[in-house]
Amino acid sequence: MTAVAPAAPAPAAGQAARRPGFGNLLLTEWTKIRSVRSTLWTLIIFAVVSLGLTALLTWLTIRALNNGRSGARASGIGADPVNFILGTGLGLGQLAICVLGALVITAEYSSGTIRASLLAMPRRIPMLIAKGVVFSVLVFVVGEAVTFGSFFIGAAIVHSHFPVSLSQPGVTRAVIGSALYLTVLGLFALAIGSLIRHTAGAITTVIGLVLVIFPLTGLLPYSWGAHIHAYMPTVAGQLITADKQTAGQLLTPWQGFGVFCAWTALLLIVGGYLLKRRDA
Amino acid sequence: MIEVHDLTKRYGDKLAVDHLSFTVGPGRVTGFLGPNGAGKSTTMRLILGLDRPQSGTATIDGKRYDQLPRPLAAVGALLEAKAMHTGRSAYNHLLFLAQSQGLPRRRVDEVLALVGLTEVANKRTGGYSLGMSQRVGIAAAMLGNPPALLLDEPVNGLDPEGIRWVRNLMKQLAAEGRTIFVSSHLMNEMAVTADHLIVIGKGKLIADCPTQEFIERSSERSVLVRSPQADRLGELITTEGGVVKQDTNGIQPAGLSVTGMEAPRIGEIAAAAGIVLHELTPRLASLEEAFMELTAGSTEFGATGQPPAGQDGAPAPAGARQPAPAHGEEITP
Repeated sequence: MTAVAPAAPAPAAGQAARRPGFGNLLLTEWTKIRSVRSTLWTLIIFAVVSLGLTALLTWLTIRALNNGRSGARASGIGADPVNFILGTGLGLGQLAICVLGALVITAEYSSGTIRASLLAMPRRIPMLIAKGVVFSVLVFVVGEAVTFGSFFIGAAIVHSHFPVSLSQPGVTRAVIGSALYLTVLGLFALAIGSLIRHTAGAITTVIGLVLVIFPLTGLLPYSWGAHIHAYMPTVAGQLITADKQTAGQLLTPWQGFGVFCAWTALLLIVGGYLLKRRDA
Repeated sequence: MIEVHDLTKRYGDKLAVDHLSFTVGPGRVTGFLGPNGAGKSTTMRLILGLDRPQSGTATIDGKRYDQLPRPLAAVGALLEAKAMHTGRSAYNHLLFLAQSQGLPRRRVDEVLALVGLTEVANKRTGGYSLGMSQRVGIAAAMLGNPPALLLDEPVNGLDPEGIRWVRNLMKQLAAEGRTIFVSSHLMNEMAVTADHLIVIGKGKLIADCPTQEFIERSSERSVLVRSPQADRLGELITTEGGVVKQDTNGIQPAGLSVTGMEAPRIGEIAAAAGIVLHELTPRLASLEEAFMELTAGSTEFGATGQPPAGQDGAPAPAGARQPAPAHGEEITP
């Protein structure tokens, strides 16, 4: 390699005239997200855990019910079988989406790819938007496949005791809504990742918030405590994943989803502002 | 054309770049020289819009980096070699960069061939050696076929063959009329590569001149003399008008470094007094020494807290010749 021959002769004048469009940014972010193995593996884990646990837990509960165990009734499968089906496997599977959401931005920082990205796309906000769009579409598509899959597996298992179908009120909305919830959850994690810029820190924060902090606000006393709890991001967001509303519920499913979207948008705006302000 | 004007960057208490101004022109390799921590990388990051300056501007062809419509077609940059996702292949790394600029896939194949990585392009970069990673970085810099290139320590960690390859590439690209701006703390590497030098220390401009001029102007001609009767000879030389110092670089302690007198005259003095000479060597300071001398001056200013003349007023204009020869005398006891 001592002799060097540049493939292109001389820099052409006017070459830099046209700014690539948003489509180029989408294509760029798609190449980035598909070309690392962590994306594929996280989505495989998401699908296997969600579908597998839905099947396993639904089957075990129905089996207990068949054997006349009383605890199975308390699990709520009889009261709201759809919510049971969608809440079991996806409840754990959602953590994989949190991890992927954080990774798509923090892995750029830990690897140093962020500098290559920003050299190519110095306008940082459009880059973040393109990343969010590509990630959302990916999670929504995979999420729909997995939520519908979970529903049909669960519905087949509970069929003999509790026939459920998409035509029952609220069921289709709950199944589609579960994937919408997962999509916004992923964006929520991406926003946290853009704030913290550190993989382990961001993942720990997101999972701590989703599994511990937000649910814990349910222990707050009085009516103001109930209001705080109802407006917590994922608490509000999960309303859309249930086909039936519970008594005394402060928000409708779509209102709850709106609250979750608003929180996520707020975090993304702060993340975008910091991305623009901070040294890369 | 890369123009830096009155650029200042502060990280917390530390002033990394201090009212720096210079211009990098096309058609030559411009070396960006300074000891570690002088602010070279920071300056490059400021030019590339990765960091935000407190004040001042850095432009490429008159535009701030984030105003460039297609940045990779205006300037290519190599920063840290290993700044790539270890799980992504070199091909995909270059592909997403190409897509961001609206460049065809064909261009990725071309730059991979240019740096000789075609065969390993689909392997994950985590398994690459430093030299291979450096080549991926150069391929990325060449992707948009830019008229300007910014390379931060491109030969760091390369084997001799790799160093020669990078050196030849830079010279060839400069010969094509491109602007090549390359940082290094290896003075001798710059001596053989750079046509022009911009030297900074403690974030301030120390010199901005052709490499040859830098060496000639900052170097001191001296003569190394070794003799078993060094003390006696030293006295005689001093009497005749020479300046004698103990040579600190020598292996043997008996060496004298004589300035202000040519070697033949020293030989005549020794012969007249019957003094035995073991060595009589005329020396021209290398770029390394010239550089050490200049940056020692900047370090001294920093340590004593005395700002150099002109620091508090307007910044030194681009092209300023200010490696004050007085520095060398100031640091001599």
